[in-house]
Amino acid sequence: MTDQAQHAPAATPKPAAPARAKGGSLLGLGRKDFMLLLFVAALILFAPFLLNPFPAGSAMAQFNAGYPDLMQRFVIFGIFAIGFNILFGLTGYLSFGHAAFLGVGSYAGIWMMKLLTLNVIPAIVASVVVAGLFSLVVGFISLRRSGIYFSILTLAFAMMSYALAYSVLTPITGGETGLQLKYFDPRVLDAPLEAGVTPRANLFGIDMQASTNMRFGAWIFTLNAGYYIAGVVMLIAFYLSIRLFRSPFGMMLRAVKSNQNRLNYTGISPKPYTLAAFVISGMYAGLAGGLLVAMDTQVGAERMFWTASGEVVLMTILGGAGTLIGPVLGSGFIKYFENIVSKINESTLNAWFSFLPDGLQDVVVAIIYPFVGKGWHLTLGLLFMAVVIFLPGGLVQGGQKLVTVFRRDRKSADAEKAAAEQRQTQE
Amino acid sequence: MEAIILQVLNGLDKGSAYALIALGLTLIFGTLGVVNFAHGALFMLGAFCAVTFSRLLQLSHSVVDETRTDFLGNPLKVDVYYVQEIFGETAGAAIIDWAVPLSILFAIPVMIAIGVAMERGLIRHFYKRPHADQILVTFGLAIVLQEIIKYFYGANPIPTPAPDAFVGSFDFGVLLGFDPGGIVYPYWRLIYFLFAAVIIAAVFAFLQFTTFGMVVRAGMADRETVTLLGIDIDKRFTIMFGIAAAVAGLAGVMYTPINSPNYHMGMDFLVLSFVVVVVGGMGSLPGAVLAGFLLGIIEAFASMTEVLDVLPGINQIIIYLVAIIVLLTRPRGLMGRKGVMED
Repeated sequence: MTDQAQHAPAATPKPAAPARAKGGSLLGLGRKDFMLLLFVAALILFAPFLLNPFPAGSAMAQFNAGYPDLMQRFVIFGIFAIGFNILFGLTGYLSFGHAAFLGVGSYAGIWMMKLLTLNVIPAIVASVVVAGLFSLVVGFISLRRSGIYFSILTLAFAMMSYALAYSVLTPITGGETGLQLKYFDPRVLDAPLEAGVTPRANLFGIDMQASTNMRFGAWIFTLNAGYYIAGVVMLIAFYLSIRLFRSPFGMMLRAVKSNQNRLNYTGISPKPYTLAAFVISGMYAGLAGGLLVAMDTQVGAERMFWTASGEVVLMTILGGAGTLIGPVLGSGFIKYFENIVSKINESTLNAWFSFLPDGLQDVVVAIIYPFVGKGWHLTLGLLFMAVVIFLPGGLVQGGQKLVTVFRRDRKSADAEKAAAEQRQTQE
Repeated sequence: MEAIILQVLNGLDKGSAYALIALGLTLIFGTLGVVNFAHGALFMLGAFCAVTFSRLLQLSHSVVDETRTDFLGNPLKVDVYYVQEIFGETAGAAIIDWAVPLSILFAIPVMIAIGVAMERGLIRHFYKRPHADQILVTFGLAIVLQEIIKYFYGANPIPTPAPDAFVGSFDFGVLLGFDPGGIVYPYWRLIYFLFAAVIIAAVFAFLQFTTFGMVVRAGMADRETVTLLGIDIDKRFTIMFGIAAAVAGLAGVMYTPINSPNYHMGMDFLVLSFVVVVVGGMGSLPGAVLAGFLLGIIEAFASMTEVLDVLPGINQIIIYLVAIIVLLTRPRGLMGRKGVMED
């Protein structure tokens, strides 16, 4: 993946002044971008602590998101959304079939772990490569059309992959049951496992599921190897996406979004650029798929269903399409809701509101109950509508608006507005 | 030959549903320029109109029947349907039996009201926004509607049978001179196809032969000029949205005996009907209807065992495959206009 993303900008012709030249050059980033990268790095590093703000065993403990399974999902879907944002945020092409690349990546990954070794490196490399090749084919065909026709074409390819994985390709995909690692898989590079042992993925001997618990008084923090490995991968993915956003290549992609006709008149064909963006985002999706199997060592076809594609669109929009940090925030937000809000049930609600008088308690619980637990999709739908209606720029725009409101006290509103506009054009 | 006719017939009922939903989608797109991802949810709401209506009809209260006694000699309590009390024993039973067709009367005003409320309350604010925003907000709305239905009606499919008169199958082959039993087709599916044909004809006639329809068509062609002529085109477009919602709703009502309604049926149909609309060509009403029936029939043919023996799994992907081929050879779908939804 490192390979591809560094080659992609190099392959572009040389449009005017690259944006990254200004400011100091830390890792090839401007000061602001570098701070952003540091911020994300800190977020990843301290997430097990930040996400566990409530002491274990307390009433609020179920809002804790600092358990390995969920944290792994945060970073993996973060990668997925970062990649999707490279296509949608920069070029404006709305793909409704990105889950197919994630699924194909997962299948490629698990086959490497079945046939070659339990080390995750070959699995991840294979998933990125296979997803890249598949997205090259799909992108080459789908990008012949634009607008909703493009969306429907990608959707059609994804649904075909899903249907095939579910039925005809059962020998490769495991059909309905999916694929799991078994002790008797013929792993060429590994010593054979004893009968009945559940194979676990590792990175040069580091078990992906290995965790250490740290106790501080009533607080318990879980540090998980798989999470940190995925976190490092996400940091690299994030860094590459910043470089891509600031590169001449990223500039060309924005040009595709703002006015394709003008590009055509200039004598530049947008197709190679959009195709490159499509393939890069497909590889990001494959990387996410590969990491998913590296963490939980199983795949099912439902990973490719169109709702999964819809979910990554939601993540990107919710966070803020076309911004750097937006997709990361969006995916964290949705995964948190999915896992935490859906766990609240009637008895927890009753426990929370037990301080209210009896009649009032019943009323409050009855009002809130449809929105939590099994009904969390309702909350998600409402939230999503609210974001699209009031904050078309997603959570990032919401944050910027807040900042603007707070600063207005000190500076004049006009100057701030100008700055906000400038920020937007930069992002 | 018999097999071919049978597959065409099999394709017609699913094709009818595709065509009706795609027709509504295209009406909304053609008039308001909005891509409505909540249209599948409207189909689903229509189906639940039928469920609600038949539950309303079956409201009952228990009455002590003095003439009969249970085994202890006490007077027997009997559940009596209100409908039977009002309309008499036989007429009441018939009304309950015919709940699904009768719920059309219930569904039309409800669906028009829902459609108008949706347009006034939400869609109106999205005319000027990019298509992506429209897709996303209506997608959010679809999730919300679906979850509300799930909350009130549960997640399991609710069986809603057709009237007894239409249970069973019609030996179609005999009419055409084939052996009896060669082409057997359920009555209700035949009814569904005829119903769809009537609705489609009605929508086209309404647009073609009424003044209202003429104004709407003029508005679709050139909204600005129509407004300049002093016509409140927004109001008419709102009504058209209501009509499109009613068309989707009716498709849902009549579909309930074929497939028991569940809360996610709308989403299942939505994806396919979008494919249908795009294959037909965005903005083209005849295209939507044509593509609906065409894809329904092609899907039926792909499900034949003879075909599946040669190409296993083809029935699952055929619609998407056709969509890809059509879009690559005819960029704007079968009957699409130039410059619609291409940016």
